[in-house]
Amino acid sequence: MTAIPITVQTVLFAIFAALTVGAAICVVTSRNLFHTALWLVLALFGLAALYMLLEAPFIAGLQLFIYIGGIAVLIVMVIMVSRQVMHPTEKSVNEPLTALVTALLVLAGVVWMIVQIPWPKEPLHPAQDNLLALGQALVDPGKFVAPFEITSLLLLVVLLGAIYIAKER
Amino acid sequence: MVPLSWYLILAAVLFAIGLYGVLARRHVVAVLMSLELMLNAVNLNLVALARYLEAGAVVGQTFTLFVFALAAAETGVGLALIIAIWRNREVVLTDKMKLLKG
Repeated sequence: MTAIPITVQTVLFAIFAALTVGAAICVVTSRNLFHTALWLVLALFGLAALYMLLEAPFIAGLQLFIYIGGIAVLIVMVIMVSRQVMHPTEKSVNEPLTALVTALLVLAGVVWMIVQIPWPKEPLHPAQDNLLALGQALVDPGKFVAPFEITSLLLLVVLLGAIYIAKER
Repeated sequence: MVPLSWYLILAAVLFAIGLYGVLARRHVVAVLMSLELMLNAVNLNLVALARYLEAGAVVGQTFTLFVFALAAAETGVGLALIIAIWRNREVVLTDKMKLLKG
Protein backbone atom coordinates (compact mmCIF):
# COMPACT_ATOMS: atom_id res chain seq x y z
CA MET A 1 0.00 0.00 0.00
CA THR A 2 1.51 3.30 -1.07
CA ALA A 3 1.64 6.16 1.39
CA ILE A 4 -1.25 8.59 1.21
CA PRO A 5 -0.05 12.23 1.08
CA ILE A 6 -1.23 14.31 4.01
CA THR A 7 -3.56 16.98 2.72
CA VAL A 8 -6.26 19.16 4.21
CA GLN A 9 -8.84 16.53 3.32
CA THR A 10 -7.06 13.63 4.99
CA VAL A 11 -6.51 15.68 8.15
CA LEU A 12 -10.17 16.74 8.24
CA PHE A 13 -11.21 13.14 7.58
CA ALA A 14 -9.05 11.92 10.47
CA ILE A 15 -10.47 14.55 12.84
CA PHE A 16 -14.11 13.90 11.99
CA ALA A 17 -13.66 10.12 11.84
CA ALA A 18 -12.07 10.12 15.30
CA LEU A 19 -14.85 12.39 16.59
CA THR A 20 -17.58 10.16 15.16
CA VAL A 21 -16.06 6.88 16.34
CA GLY A 22 -15.32 8.27 19.81
CA ALA A 23 -18.84 9.61 20.18
CA ALA A 24 -20.28 6.31 18.90
CA ILE A 25 -18.27 4.36 21.48
CA CYS A 26 -19.60 6.69 24.17
CA VAL A 27 -23.14 6.08 22.85
CA VAL A 28 -22.87 2.34 23.49
CA THR A 29 -20.94 2.59 26.78
CA SER A 30 -22.33 5.65 28.57
CA ARG A 31 -24.36 4.69 31.64
CA ASN A 32 -26.53 7.77 31.79
CA LEU A 33 -29.21 7.57 29.10
CA PHE A 34 -29.38 11.32 28.68
CA HIS A 35 -25.63 11.47 28.08
CA THR A 36 -26.08 8.69 25.53
CA ALA A 37 -28.52 10.88 23.59
CA LEU A 38 -26.09 13.81 23.65
CA TRP A 39 -23.22 11.59 22.42
CA LEU A 40 -25.52 10.38 19.63
CA VAL A 41 -26.06 13.99 18.57
CA LEU A 42 -22.28 14.48 18.45
CA ALA A 43 -21.81 11.31 16.37
CA LEU A 44 -24.53 12.43 13.94
CA PHE A 45 -22.87 15.83 13.68
CA GLY A 46 -19.54 14.20 12.84
CA LEU A 47 -21.26 12.20 10.11
CA ALA A 48 -22.78 15.40 8.70
CA ALA A 49 -19.26 16.85 8.54
CA LEU A 50 -18.08 13.72 6.70
CA TYR A 51 -20.92 14.18 4.18
CA MET A 52 -19.66 17.73 3.61
CA LEU A 53 -16.20 16.27 3.04
CA LEU A 54 -17.75 13.90 0.47
CA GLU A 55 -19.20 16.96 -1.25
CA ALA A 56 -22.81 16.05 -0.56
CA PRO A 57 -24.03 19.28 1.10
CA PHE A 58 -27.70 18.44 0.59
CA ILE A 59 -27.33 15.13 2.44
CA ALA A 60 -25.34 16.88 5.19
CA GLY A 61 -28.10 19.45 5.60
CA LEU A 62 -30.76 16.75 5.74
CA GLN A 63 -28.66 14.89 8.32
CA LEU A 64 -28.74 17.99 10.52
CA PHE A 65 -32.46 18.59 9.95
CA ILE A 66 -33.86 15.07 10.15
CA TYR A 67 -31.48 13.29 12.50
CA ILE A 68 -30.38 16.01 14.91
CA GLY A 69 -33.45 18.22 14.56
CA GLY A 70 -36.00 15.43 14.47
CA ILE A 71 -34.88 12.01 15.63
CA ALA A 72 -32.50 13.10 18.41
CA VAL A 73 -35.03 15.56 19.82
CA LEU A 74 -37.71 12.85 19.71
CA ILE A 75 -35.42 10.45 21.62
CA VAL A 76 -34.68 13.09 24.27
CA MET A 77 -38.42 13.73 24.68
CA VAL A 78 -39.11 10.02 25.16
CA ILE A 79 -36.35 9.82 27.79
CA MET A 80 -38.06 12.70 29.58
CA VAL A 81 -41.48 11.02 29.34
CA SER A 82 -40.41 7.58 30.51
CA ARG A 83 -38.30 9.19 33.29
CA GLN A 84 -36.23 6.03 33.76
CA VAL A 85 -32.61 7.14 33.74
CA MET A 86 -30.36 4.25 34.68
CA HIS A 87 -29.40 4.02 38.32
CA PRO A 88 -25.60 4.33 38.63
CA THR A 89 -25.22 0.99 40.41
CA GLU A 90 -27.36 -0.92 37.92
CA LYS A 91 -25.58 -2.58 35.04
CA SER A 92 -26.26 -1.00 31.66
CA VAL A 93 -25.36 -3.97 29.46
CA ASN A 94 -26.35 -7.62 29.16
CA GLU A 95 -23.79 -10.26 28.17
CA PRO A 96 -21.29 -7.63 26.96
CA LEU A 97 -18.65 -10.23 26.12
CA THR A 98 -20.84 -12.19 23.70
CA ALA A 99 -22.00 -8.98 22.05
CA LEU A 100 -18.42 -7.72 21.79
CA VAL A 101 -17.19 -10.95 20.20
CA THR A 102 -20.08 -10.91 17.71
CA ALA A 103 -19.46 -7.28 16.77
CA LEU A 104 -15.72 -7.84 16.39
CA LEU A 105 -16.29 -10.91 14.21
CA VAL A 106 -18.62 -8.93 11.95
CA LEU A 107 -16.10 -6.09 11.82
CA ALA A 108 -13.23 -8.45 10.98
CA GLY A 109 -15.26 -10.11 8.21
CA VAL A 110 -16.33 -6.83 6.62
CA VAL A 111 -12.85 -5.28 6.82
CA TRP A 112 -11.34 -8.45 5.38
CA MET A 113 -13.71 -8.16 2.42
CA ILE A 114 -13.00 -4.44 1.98
CA VAL A 115 -9.22 -4.87 1.82
CA GLN A 116 -9.52 -7.57 -0.87
CA ILE A 117 -10.81 -5.10 -3.43
CA PRO A 118 -8.66 -2.40 -5.07
CA TRP A 119 -10.89 0.59 -4.35
CA PRO A 120 -10.21 3.87 -6.17
CA LYS A 121 -8.03 6.36 -4.34
CA GLU A 122 -9.54 9.36 -6.09
CA PRO A 123 -13.12 10.25 -7.02
CA LEU A 124 -13.77 9.61 -10.71
CA HIS A 125 -15.40 12.92 -11.45
CA PRO A 126 -15.10 16.41 -10.07
CA ALA A 127 -17.94 17.17 -7.71
CA GLN A 128 -20.91 18.83 -9.33
CA ASP A 129 -24.07 20.38 -8.00
CA ASN A 130 -26.52 17.51 -8.37
CA LEU A 131 -29.52 18.95 -6.51
CA LEU A 132 -31.50 19.41 -9.74
CA ALA A 133 -30.74 15.86 -10.92
CA LEU A 134 -31.62 14.53 -7.46
CA GLY A 135 -35.01 16.23 -7.50
CA GLN A 136 -35.73 15.08 -11.04
CA ALA A 137 -34.76 11.48 -10.24
CA LEU A 138 -37.28 11.44 -7.38
CA VAL A 139 -40.22 12.33 -9.66
CA ASP A 140 -39.09 10.57 -12.84
CA PRO A 141 -41.39 7.62 -13.62
CA GLY A 142 -38.42 5.74 -15.04
CA LYS A 143 -36.45 6.15 -11.83
CA PHE A 144 -37.68 6.62 -8.29
CA VAL A 145 -41.22 7.95 -8.38
CA ALA A 146 -42.76 4.70 -7.09
CA PRO A 147 -40.52 4.39 -3.99
CA PHE A 148 -40.94 8.13 -3.42
CA GLU A 149 -44.74 7.89 -3.32
CA ILE A 150 -44.64 4.72 -1.23
CA THR A 151 -42.35 6.50 1.24
CA SER A 152 -44.84 9.35 1.59
CA LEU A 153 -47.60 6.81 2.21
CA LEU A 154 -45.36 5.07 4.77
CA LEU A 155 -44.78 8.34 6.61
CA LEU A 156 -48.54 8.96 6.76
CA VAL A 157 -49.15 5.44 8.11
CA VAL A 158 -46.36 5.89 10.66
CA LEU A 159 -47.83 9.22 11.79
CA LEU A 160 -51.26 7.69 12.40
CA GLY A 161 -49.82 4.49 13.86
CA ALA A 162 -47.54 6.28 16.30
CA ILE A 163 -50.42 8.45 17.53
CA TYR A 164 -52.66 5.42 17.92
CA ILE A 165 -50.06 3.25 19.70
CA ALA A 166 -48.92 5.94 22.11
CA LYS A 167 -52.42 7.22 22.86
CA GLU A 168 -53.55 7.08 26.46
CA ARG A 169 -56.36 4.60 26.96
CA MET B 1 -8.11 13.00 -1.56
CA VAL B 2 -8.98 10.37 0.98
CA PRO B 3 -9.06 6.82 -0.43
CA LEU B 4 -12.49 5.23 -0.66
CA SER B 5 -11.44 2.28 1.51
CA TRP B 6 -10.96 4.62 4.51
CA TYR B 7 -14.60 5.62 4.34
CA LEU B 8 -15.70 1.99 3.96
CA ILE B 9 -13.64 0.88 6.96
CA LEU B 10 -14.93 3.80 9.03
CA ALA B 11 -18.49 2.78 8.14
CA ALA B 12 -17.71 -0.84 9.10
CA VAL B 13 -16.36 0.31 12.48
CA LEU B 14 -19.47 2.40 13.12
CA PHE B 15 -21.68 -0.53 12.10
CA ALA B 16 -19.85 -2.86 14.50
CA ILE B 17 -20.17 -0.35 17.36
CA GLY B 18 -23.89 -0.05 16.66
CA LEU B 19 -24.23 -3.83 16.50
CA TYR B 20 -22.56 -4.15 19.88
CA GLY B 21 -24.97 -1.57 21.30
CA VAL B 22 -28.03 -3.31 19.85
CA LEU B 23 -26.93 -6.66 21.29
CA ALA B 24 -25.67 -5.52 24.67
CA ARG B 25 -27.57 -2.47 25.91
CA ARG B 26 -30.36 -3.10 28.43
CA HIS B 27 -32.37 0.07 27.95
CA VAL B 28 -34.64 -0.06 24.88
CA VAL B 29 -34.07 3.59 24.02
CA ALA B 30 -30.31 2.91 24.02
CA VAL B 31 -30.92 -0.06 21.69
CA LEU B 32 -32.84 2.28 19.37
CA MET B 33 -29.98 4.79 19.42
CA SER B 34 -27.47 2.06 18.54
CA LEU B 35 -29.76 1.11 15.65
CA GLU B 36 -29.52 4.70 14.42
CA LEU B 37 -25.73 4.32 14.44
CA MET B 38 -26.00 1.24 12.22
CA LEU B 39 -28.31 3.02 9.77
CA ASN B 40 -25.90 5.95 9.65
CA ALA B 41 -22.99 3.64 8.89
CA VAL B 42 -24.90 2.36 5.86
CA ASN B 43 -25.69 5.94 4.81
CA LEU B 44 -22.01 6.84 4.96
CA ASN B 45 -21.25 3.86 2.71
CA LEU B 46 -23.91 4.93 0.21
CA VAL B 47 -22.71 8.53 0.01
CA ALA B 48 -19.03 7.55 -0.20
CA LEU B 49 -19.59 4.94 -2.93
CA ALA B 50 -21.74 7.40 -4.89
CA ARG B 51 -19.04 10.06 -4.65
CA TYR B 52 -16.21 7.79 -5.80
CA LEU B 53 -17.86 5.49 -8.32
CA GLU B 54 -20.99 7.08 -9.78
CA ALA B 55 -21.13 9.98 -12.22
CA GLY B 56 -23.35 12.66 -10.71
CA ALA B 57 -23.81 10.67 -7.48
CA VAL B 58 -27.61 10.72 -7.92
CA VAL B 59 -28.64 7.12 -7.24
CA GLY B 60 -26.53 6.73 -4.11
CA GLN B 61 -27.81 9.97 -2.59
CA THR B 62 -31.40 9.10 -3.49
CA PHE B 63 -31.05 5.86 -1.54
CA THR B 64 -29.69 7.87 1.38
CA LEU B 65 -32.84 9.98 1.29
CA PHE B 66 -34.98 6.84 1.50
CA VAL B 67 -32.90 5.56 4.42
CA PHE B 68 -33.50 8.91 6.17
CA ALA B 69 -37.26 8.55 5.70
CA LEU B 70 -37.25 4.93 6.90
CA ALA B 71 -35.10 5.83 9.93
CA ALA B 72 -37.54 8.56 10.89
CA ALA B 73 -40.46 6.12 10.51
CA GLU B 74 -38.67 3.44 12.52
CA THR B 75 -37.86 5.86 15.33
CA GLY B 76 -41.40 7.21 15.45
CA VAL B 77 -43.04 3.81 15.72
CA GLY B 78 -40.32 2.44 18.01
CA LEU B 79 -40.64 5.28 20.49
CA ALA B 80 -44.43 5.05 20.41
CA LEU B 81 -44.12 1.33 21.25
CA ILE B 82 -41.70 2.13 24.09
CA ILE B 83 -44.19 4.63 25.52
CA ALA B 84 -47.01 2.08 25.21
CA ILE B 85 -44.96 -0.60 26.97
CA TRP B 86 -43.98 1.87 29.69
CA ARG B 87 -47.67 2.74 30.24
CA ASN B 88 -48.79 -0.87 30.48
CA ARG B 89 -45.90 -2.59 32.28
CA GLU B 90 -43.61 0.13 33.63
CA VAL B 91 -40.51 -1.51 32.11
CA VAL B 92 -37.89 -0.09 29.77
CA LEU B 93 -35.19 -2.75 30.16
CA THR B 94 -34.97 -5.44 27.51
CA ASP B 95 -34.42 -8.30 29.94
CA LYS B 96 -37.56 -7.32 31.89
CA MET B 97 -39.77 -7.58 28.79
CA LYS B 98 -40.46 -11.30 28.97
CA LEU B 99 -44.20 -11.59 28.42
CA LEU B 100 -43.66 -13.76 25.32
CA LYS B 101 -40.80 -15.74 26.82
CA GLY B 102 -41.67 -19.36 27.55
